Amino acid sequence: MDAHASVGHAELEIPYNVHPRPDTGVYNAKLGIWLFLASEVMLFGALFSSLILLRTGADSWPRGYEMLNVPLATFNTFILIVSSVTVVMAWSQLRLGNLKWGRIYISATILCALIFLVNKGFEYGHEFREHNFPKTNNFFAIYFTLTGLHGLHIIGGVIVFLYFLGPGAKMWAHDPERYTNRIEVVGLYWHFVDLVWIFLFPVLYLM
Amino acid sequence: MTDPAAAVEPGVDVHEHAGVGDPNAHHHTPEQIRSEMRVYISVFIGLAVLTAVTVGACYGLKLPVHTAIIVALIIASIKGFLVAGFFMHLLSEKKVIYGVLILTVIFFIFLMTLPVSHHANPFGS
Repeated sequence: MDAHASVGHAELEIPYNVHPRPDTGVYNAKLGIWLFLASEVMLFGALFSSLILLRTGADSWPRGYEMLNVPLATFNTFILIVSSVTVVMAWSQLRLGNLKWGRIYISATILCALIFLVNKGFEYGHEFREHNFPKTNNFFAIYFTLTGLHGLHIIGGVIVFLYFLGPGAKMWAHDPERYTNRIEVVGLYWHFVDLVWIFLFPVLYLM
Repeated sequence: MTDPAAAVEPGVDVHEHAGVGDPNAHHHTPEQIRSEMRVYISVFIGLAVLTAVTVGACYGLKLPVHTAIIVALIIASIKGFLVAGFFMHLLSEKKVIYGVLILTVIFFIFLMTLPVSHHANPFGS
């Protein structure tokens, strides 16, 4: 009976979640996150394409720094860069077998994300007080759409990091390599969010 | 303060060497991992400096719009390369990942050229 239960459990296990699959050379979750990120590139790509269409088709288009808060956005850019380092350091610490420092770096990543969101809240609040809304003009329509979608991705990342900092960390006790891989996967997502901001920042604020 | 990277918990599987920088290799020595961490710090410094350069050039110097676009996009591309290459380990990934990304890049370029084709041959005119 126990043997049957054991076989049944093994059959339900997702294969290659730790070791690379022989034909792809990567574990399944990594291939999965890259396919997801490919779809994300197309999502943000469509909006960037819309921005180009709106801007090149407009008779006049404001310079971003005349409309938006560049110092605050620069600070937020720096915060996101810091968070990219902290998440990759968390992964490195876990590879070294150091859960304590891995969790410290994950916490630092979450803190950076929250600082980013608070700053973004200040920025949005200022624009609303100035009566600048998505309906105001095409500039603010694309600004709120792009930064709002990016902000939602930040919130999504925070939720996943909080899970791995809390209940998800129990996996470390019985399967540390799999937990480490999970942090690598969420880290890839987080770097992509940083990558999007690296292009959003100059395109919206500096041009 | 002790080096946190030096504290390897006993019983945890830190395997032998199987290639520097390959994120899929299960066999990195602690020294290799610490070496990678130093690279991450260097990349972080590079990203911070490039951010300052972008803001200084486009916001501080108030470059003309066409120049600002070129400068900002070149620097953003360098920053993107640093993040994708080092933090996302694309400099040493497997072929299947490159295959996915090449397909993505082709479709992305198509998306970016759509507005150009629209202006070259707008509908209804």
